[in-house]
Amino acid sequence: MRRLLARELRLAWRHASDTAAALLFFVIAATLFPFALGPDARTLSAIAPGVVWVCALLAALLPLDRLFGADFEDGSLDLLLLSGLSAGGVAAMKTLAHWLTTGLPLLLIAAPLAVMLRMPAEAVPMLLLTLLPGTMLLSLLGTMAGAITLGARRSAVLMPLITLPLMIPVLIFGCAAVTSPHPEAPLLMLAAMLVLALPLAPLAGGAALRAAAE
Amino acid sequence: MFRGERLVFRDVGFAVPAGGALLLRGPNGAGKSSLLRAVAGLTPLAAGRLLWNGENALDDLPTHAKRIAWLGHLDAVKLALSVGEHVADAAALAAVGLESFRDLPAKLLSAGQKRRLALARVIASKAPLWLLDEPTNGLDTRSIAMLGAVFARHMQGGGMIIASTHTPLELPEAGILNL
Repeated sequence: MRRLLARELRLAWRHASDTAAALLFFVIAATLFPFALGPDARTLSAIAPGVVWVCALLAALLPLDRLFGADFEDGSLDLLLLSGLSAGGVAAMKTLAHWLTTGLPLLLIAAPLAVMLRMPAEAVPMLLLTLLPGTMLLSLLGTMAGAITLGARRSAVLMPLITLPLMIPVLIFGCAAVTSPHPEAPLLMLAAMLVLALPLAPLAGGAALRAAAE
Repeated sequence: MFRGERLVFRDVGFAVPAGGALLLRGPNGAGKSSLLRAVAGLTPLAAGRLLWNGENALDDLPTHAKRIAWLGHLDAVKLALSVGEHVADAAALAAVGLESFRDLPAKLLSAGQKRRLALARVIASKAPLWLLDEPTNGLDTRSIAMLGAVFARHMQGGGMIIASTHTPLELPEAGILNL
């Protein structure tokens, strides 16, 4: 498992432009809002948590269609399924690789972006705290959707259509925790969703991988 | 066994002893690749059993996968990685004549060299059962001869080979299954 993960990370490093594309998209998309709405600090700080959350979600979707797509096309998927890991284990490993190469960098760059959007400095740690389970959930659900749409025509379009509706509850509670004076309840909801998705999404993804390889 | 809705084959039976080999023959679309995928556990059988030492092999797929070295019709070579990053085992690379290409990125390899790299991965796996789908695809005559020696060594060590092929393979004493 560790060897497969190391290989994934090495491939991500070699295709650094693909990996950086998601980050740059995140930065540019969030930067567009002050240009569209004007530099008024009150407007910007009001929308900042939502903008950062939505842009992070959309940016994290970008690398998902190559996550299994490249392996499917060059025959590596068969080797992954025959690596001695269960199919669910392969999906979990891919999820971890996606989070490390996309979710974690997005999380790191979210703080300066939030400050740029005039978010009060004391709210930034809470934003990052909600984005931590948020990006993890997106990696879990996105990997599952990537496996499900594998081999489908227009999978790049289908995959966000499956992932984004599933992310709506996560988005609601994530943004609620940042703006609410009582963030404990939404944070617990986020944690509960993470605990639910952690075993289920890789299992579903693994079953989808097996079906795609048939 | 079915691919989608289509019945590919039925009533197929074979046994491969330790140190033995089986050649799958038949016209295009006869189900040679499908049979190999079924033996690997990648595609489920609609009916029937696959036994390994008398036990049902497909019950525990991860364990079954460790007995298998798989060479599909695609090479599964990552262009961004070097030859040595695909197969670290120097002896396996030497067996297919790629030992001097260790640091070369795989994207600079020719089609035949990529096939040999995929074969080196099979050799390096040390798995007892090799499943090879058209192993000689894209190989020149010298590489095919080299392959014969590799096969012989694997089978002398008690290893098994199931291969589908159109070209004559150097597998003496191999059983032949016509699909």
